[in-house]
Amino acid sequence: MNSSAASIREQDLRARGLVAEQFDDAEQQHATAQFGMWVFLATEVLFFGVLFAGYAVCRVRDPQGFLLGSQHTEILFGAVEAGILLLSSATVTFAVNLIPFDARRVVTLLLAVTALLGVAFLVLHGVEYSHEHDEHLMVGVDFAQSGPHARGIELFFFLYYAMTLYHSLHVLVGVCAIATMAVLVWRGKIRSGYTTPLVLAGLYWHLVDIVWIFLFPLMYLIGR
Amino acid sequence: MNANAIAPDLPELEPPRNFYMHKSGLRNWLLTTDHKRIAILYAITVTLFFIMGGVAAAMIRINLVEPQGALLSAETYNKTFTFHGVVMVWFFLIPSIPATLGNFLLPIMIGARDLAFPRLNLASWYLFVIGGCFTIACLLLGGVDTGWTFYTPFSTMFSNTNVILVVVGVFVTGFSTILTGLNFIVTTHKLRMPGMTWFKLPLFVWAMYAVSVVMVLATPVLAMTLSLIGLERIAHVGIFDPALGGDPLLFQHMFWFYSHPAVYIMILPAMGVASEIIPCFARRKIFGYKFMVYALVGISVIGFLVWGHHMFVAGMSATATLVFSILSFIIAVPSAIKVFNWTATLRRGRISFEAPMLYALGFVGLFMLGGLTGLMLAAPALDIPLHATYFVIAHFHYVMVGGSVMAYLGGIHYWWPKITGRMYSEAWARFAAILMFFGFNMTFFPQYVLGYLGMPRRYHAYPPEFQTLNILSSAGASILAVAYLIPVVYLGWSLFHGARAGNNPWGARGLEWQTTSPPPKGNFLERPVVQRAYAYDEPAPGGEPATGATA
Repeated sequence: MNSSAASIREQDLRARGLVAEQFDDAEQQHATAQFGMWVFLATEVLFFGVLFAGYAVCRVRDPQGFLLGSQHTEILFGAVEAGILLLSSATVTFAVNLIPFDARRVVTLLLAVTALLGVAFLVLHGVEYSHEHDEHLMVGVDFAQSGPHARGIELFFFLYYAMTLYHSLHVLVGVCAIATMAVLVWRGKIRSGYTTPLVLAGLYWHLVDIVWIFLFPLMYLIGR
Repeated sequence: MNANAIAPDLPELEPPRNFYMHKSGLRNWLLTTDHKRIAILYAITVTLFFIMGGVAAAMIRINLVEPQGALLSAETYNKTFTFHGVVMVWFFLIPSIPATLGNFLLPIMIGARDLAFPRLNLASWYLFVIGGCFTIACLLLGGVDTGWTFYTPFSTMFSNTNVILVVVGVFVTGFSTILTGLNFIVTTHKLRMPGMTWFKLPLFVWAMYAVSVVMVLATPVLAMTLSLIGLERIAHVGIFDPALGGDPLLFQHMFWFYSHPAVYIMILPAMGVASEIIPCFARRKIFGYKFMVYALVGISVIGFLVWGHHMFVAGMSATATLVFSILSFIIAVPSAIKVFNWTATLRRGRISFEAPMLYALGFVGLFMLGGLTGLMLAAPALDIPLHATYFVIAHFHYVMVGGSVMAYLGGIHYWWPKITGRMYSEAWARFAAILMFFGFNMTFFPQYVLGYLGMPRRYHAYPPEFQTLNILSSAGASILAVAYLIPVVYLGWSLFHGARAGNNPWGARGLEWQTTSPPPKGNFLERPVVQRAYAYDEPAPGGEPATGATA
């Protein structure tokens, strides 16, 4: 019994530094953190799932209204935003895969580019919102459409704002996380041997990307 | 085995220190990441909420003593039952067993030093407290009158009360639930000690795992649905109000997609507790361990597919009604397996009736009554006349109060020696458990009859012919209130004057009984020995002889 107690204490000693005391070793900590992020992403999928379900029901109730609503969106903006997010997912993937080789400068650069692409996405979407405001499409604030499908258009834009705003909020959180990772990599806090936060931030960023891959056709393409 | 069998002169736990003595002071408690301390923070907060919800329940029962309403105006009555529902569901029942007993025991039961994410665990508690503050603020500013279900369009367009505040409160608390569930899932997967395989896990851990899956996958649906309610109320546009082109039934689908699984969030942990207590006091390994595991997992999965049975009279299609009815009957099968297996565990056992066992047996009986009446409600032909009557109230109170609260108190009594290191007065504990059983039945059985006779729920007044049964119910509620207060006294007394509990006062199996009471900060001073779950036919690693029947 004493020897096993000693081994537990020894583990505790090893756990100093970057390995928290509840873990036996860095490997277990990394696997645990990564699994935790996957569970969190499952939660996020259900979170957005409500909006997608709401979209499905409302669209079935007034398909024409949704098509008309979709025609009011600006496809050029949507497509460029989709391109930006796909590109940013590529840069973050390169960053995650290069960090084990301690390519500090390259990884920092890739992460900075990712964060800037995220910012570009938010700016473009802001411009889009202001255009929609000018066209009296902003439900709850200034919405003035007429015709038999005005209600359907209004519901379409309600869901458009609910979904894109929640998505943009996630982009914002992701930009902060990726920017933090860039700083930590630059300072050498994240390097080969301790990559966990970067891997998690990368996973989160991919979720942001995937949600947009579903939003883009449902919002911009259906009416065209 | 009984409470007197504890070692009377156990050496004081000075070196090594237990987790209470590790670092004292309020600051160290409020910033702790020790899962055992967070469990105690949760226990204190959920007890406060239980008292608040209980006071609201008392006001409801006092009011219903007279047909025209003895105490409250119609408006105040609506706010009172809403507050009772919101507080009891989200601030007591859902966190009760997982966040207190689960938080304390899950890492110990799998031989871990803490949960996977201790800071996240503390964050869960703070989110819970912040959500609670919103709810209390809502109460202080005049309350809310929508019922805990926030049905649209009343909640979004017509109610003049503080819907937004309470919705924000529940939204924030939802994230505390999600983070707790996430922590439990990851901990169970990744932090089991060597030798602790999945099928050696105690059923309490399996119950925590099953409930965590529901928490993580159902709660975000509630969060988003409530945020849509908030948007609809503020911006007067949304997908739930028919006047705006929306669909109120869609709200009910989304709400019950969370809230029916939430019922299983409340009952699965209770099943886990009963599965620990019954083998211990029957001195038998649990009957059909693997079936118990499959039943827990089965309930958590099928629980996601039955939500429609709340909308049989809400205009759902006949096909949907039929499908949801059949699925609701199917989920009774794993629940029944559990009841049969608890009963079969008792067979040929050497049963003793310590207080935890009384609570556990009370739980099985009351849960069974609640479950069987649930089957009646799952049949559309019966649900149509019984919907929104006191029959439904009685049904879910048998499951929630008779089931979950009894099991919670059983668990508190069973693990009290482990958590506090002290024994309580066994005689008073048994008295309270029996009184609670009778008080509970006297409160809620008349409500079955009232519902059958047609008394609708959520009214502050009723026709005079229902008065006798309502008085009986209110009288039972006062007995129940006394039965809930007695443990506060003797458990409080035990904290300071109770006899020292040894490591294993009940002669139970499981890793938590191999460490000291209360456990040290890292949970174990010596590496515990992993046995089969419920190895009552084998000697305990601490020296307790085998006690199980040979069969």
